[in-house]
Amino acid sequence: MLDKTLTQLAAGLARGDFSSVELTQAYLDRIRQHNADLNAYITVTDDIALAQAATADEQRAAGNAGPLTGLPIAHKDIFCTQGVRTSCGSRMLDNFIAPYESTVTARLAGAGAVMLGKTNLDEFAMGSSTESSYYGPTRNPWNRDTVPGGSSGGSATAVAARLAAAATGTDTGGSIRQPAAFTGITGLKPTYGRVSRWGMIAYGSSLDCGGPMTQTAEDAALMLNAIAGFDPKDSTSMDRPADDYQARLNEPLAGLRIGLPKEYFGDGLNDGIRAAVMAAVSELEKLGATVKEISLPRTELSIPAYYIIAPAEASTNLSRYDGVRYGYRCKDPVDLEDLYKRTRAEGFGAEVQRRILVGTYALSAGYYDAYYKKAQQLRRLIRDDFQTGFQEVDVILAPTTPSPAWTLGEKSNDPVAMYLEDIYTLSTNLAGLPALALPCGQVGGLPVGLQLIGNYFEESHLLNIGHQYQQATDWHLQAPVL
Amino acid sequence: MEWETVIGLEIHVQLSTRSKIFSGSSTQYGAEPNTQASLVDLAMPGALPVFNENALRKAVAFGLAIDAHIGKRSVFDRKNYFYPDLPKGYQITQMDDPIVGLGEVEIVLDDGSTRTIGVTRAHLEEDAGKSLHEDFEGMTGIDLNRAGTPLLEIVSEPDMRSAKEAVAYLKKIHSIVTYIGISDGNMAEGSLRCDANVSVRPKGQTEFGTRTEIKNINSFKFVEKAINVEVQRHIDVIEDGGTVTQETRLYDADKNETRSMRSKEFANDYRYFPEPDLLPVEIDDAYIQDVKDRLPELPDAKIQRFKADYGLSDYDATVLAASRAMADYFEAVVDVTKDAKLAANWCMGELAGQLNRYEQDIADSPVSAADLGLLIQRIQDNTVSNKIAKTVFEAMFRGEGSADEIIEAQGLKQVSDSGAIEAMIDEVIANNPGQVADYRSGKDKLFGFFVGQVMKASKGQANPAQVNDILKSKLQG
Repeated sequence: MLDKTLTQLAAGLARGDFSSVELTQAYLDRIRQHNADLNAYITVTDDIALAQAATADEQRAAGNAGPLTGLPIAHKDIFCTQGVRTSCGSRMLDNFIAPYESTVTARLAGAGAVMLGKTNLDEFAMGSSTESSYYGPTRNPWNRDTVPGGSSGGSATAVAARLAAAATGTDTGGSIRQPAAFTGITGLKPTYGRVSRWGMIAYGSSLDCGGPMTQTAEDAALMLNAIAGFDPKDSTSMDRPADDYQARLNEPLAGLRIGLPKEYFGDGLNDGIRAAVMAAVSELEKLGATVKEISLPRTELSIPAYYIIAPAEASTNLSRYDGVRYGYRCKDPVDLEDLYKRTRAEGFGAEVQRRILVGTYALSAGYYDAYYKKAQQLRRLIRDDFQTGFQEVDVILAPTTPSPAWTLGEKSNDPVAMYLEDIYTLSTNLAGLPALALPCGQVGGLPVGLQLIGNYFEESHLLNIGHQYQQATDWHLQAPVL
Repeated sequence: MEWETVIGLEIHVQLSTRSKIFSGSSTQYGAEPNTQASLVDLAMPGALPVFNENALRKAVAFGLAIDAHIGKRSVFDRKNYFYPDLPKGYQITQMDDPIVGLGEVEIVLDDGSTRTIGVTRAHLEEDAGKSLHEDFEGMTGIDLNRAGTPLLEIVSEPDMRSAKEAVAYLKKIHSIVTYIGISDGNMAEGSLRCDANVSVRPKGQTEFGTRTEIKNINSFKFVEKAINVEVQRHIDVIEDGGTVTQETRLYDADKNETRSMRSKEFANDYRYFPEPDLLPVEIDDAYIQDVKDRLPELPDAKIQRFKADYGLSDYDATVLAASRAMADYFEAVVDVTKDAKLAANWCMGELAGQLNRYEQDIADSPVSAADLGLLIQRIQDNTVSNKIAKTVFEAMFRGEGSADEIIEAQGLKQVSDSGAIEAMIDEVIANNPGQVADYRSGKDKLFGFFVGQVMKASKGQANPAQVNDILKSKLQG
């Protein structure tokens, strides 16, 4: 039962092959069996899950089932869930019971989904390995000595290890796509503004994007249908109707123009990944696509631009964690300054403090023009590069990461080395474009992936291409043996 | 040495929107602490601001009222600093692209001369909460009801040269914002607060001296006193051979002195940058025109109209038009009486006097404009004299009834029966033979004495004009 995709499970529930309570219980059992080892979940919400599952079964019996009714999913612990601890992987929020529900989780619950629990992440989503979590690292189920990627590593491991039928993630610089690649699952980063950020704890506000992490593109479409759309509570959410993301899944790919950006296939790319991506390109050509090389010349500059803008925004987004109203407060502060300093020094981990310092520096008087302003200029150039590219091709195809999952601890003491691993994912966030990450092979027993980058609001098309590719291949069906 | 004072004001005006600038919480003053603080106001993780369009409308109205440039694309920025009553650790404000650009207002000084004061800019921002240090031993209470209340910060050019000019400018801004209804202007409740930037320089020098900023002055009276005391402090420091330190100071009204709050040297680096949670605010000509079409008549236009339509003096027109409430009241009285001069005298005299005596706002006046109009009509139709009318008005103010009811109940109706008046006069003449003789021998001044005696005999109710006429002819005998 747990080997099935979200779409298949939906069909099984509809047919009455099993109930939501049975399905949910099976996941909870599997979580109990494997979570201690994998550390995918920070919090497992058994009681809520079973209650929601029972309600879902009642709704189905009453003929009121929606597309996600009774399907057990997991939420990255960055989404506020009312009455449930929402930690963001930080000691700072270890005691924080969210008093309200995020739009993403509310919409999924409204569509009938069952919440299994809250998944692990890099502290405040700052990281590419899920090692910086206050709750310890999440393991990659394909090889427990390796990282699952990050920051949505808990959700990635949960889906890959079949500890959830699907999960939510967030992507600020690749945090959905890179862990999807490292764990062999499908992950969609939607267009900025397509999914509401209300209740999604902010890291880099102008970059943060919630999205689905699933086994297949088809599953991602199902989930995106529930969460996409305008939200008046988020001023940056786009006031235009969402598509039916399942509608185009089965369109043929004949005539599809794919661009391969040469900057994504340079020296830094692992040979195995290059071969896997090129094999996928051949598959797509067989399905009717034409392929040409394009150039995104400012790709390298995405690293400095991102590592200025994201920390700059983070440095002020995280100012609210001051020990005054909620969250961690240091013991016996002697005065206000002591309260601030010790609360934040004790409540935040090293990577978060590093990024707050970098961001504070970048925004400081005298440095603003040299750093933040210049980074914003780069951002515009990167966006322009993509628009030039999209005049020639419909979608851009590239590896998701330059290398497969690394060993736990390998890059922990070298933050810059870890930042460089984000080279293929940062540009899309800076440009605000949608990108779909798909598994496309294995290197040394570890999954590797490609990403399809589309123009704004082209999610339907990306999912169509992903689905057609997955109809012709089976990388997405590979699961680790636990 | 002769010193010249240079003053610029930053005025924070709370806009009278029902809900906050970035959340749906109520802005009502005086609620129980933290009962008007939503997820956004509490800066909960994941909460996001949504801009209240009403605040925009009010800011644009102000810009139009001072003939300022309106920013068609204005941008919100974050101003970062830590303080317990600033829940997000930053204030959302506007830095490089404010909603209102360069404008100006004209002020009238006591001697009747006018000056133009430049307004550099006015921008939208959110108010902070309040830190309550009393009632909590060794602790501080935080009330976030005020956090997120919309403010329009109006920044003047350093164009004022005396405390009196600063007060005149502040009053002018107060008058404009209350006229156009964007703020209740209640200074006691903090709806209008003022920071004064003050410096002095030798007369004739063009460079400015070092300035200090006096924070959060909340009454017209204190603005004048605080500036004067600070100016004197600057002069004393310089004349003693010292230098003024650029710093923020607080005015202590009890001691009538300012004292240092913090020096600019240790000031925060606010790390302004564009607020990524909000899109730039874009408005078009049609929007601006719509706000313009809904603007009420402004004080200056009203003064001109009062002079032209009612023949009021400069002074009367200015006093009556100073507040929209008074101007509206006055015009309602004119509506009833058709006599603008009489209406003006009553509004500025008895009405203002009684309001002042009972410390009441004109909006809460127990005597409506229509009621005052009816009383004035009783003067016009000779039912009561002007003097008796004042007594009646006081009774009306105390809530004793309408003009007619009080006149009737207290028997204050004017005596205009010439027979009755003659009889009273005859009696007065008969009782004062000595004064009559003196008068007739040339002591004209005694005429007043006889009028007084007759009015006294009539308990003030005799028609004064008739008393004059009859008395004159009888005395001439």
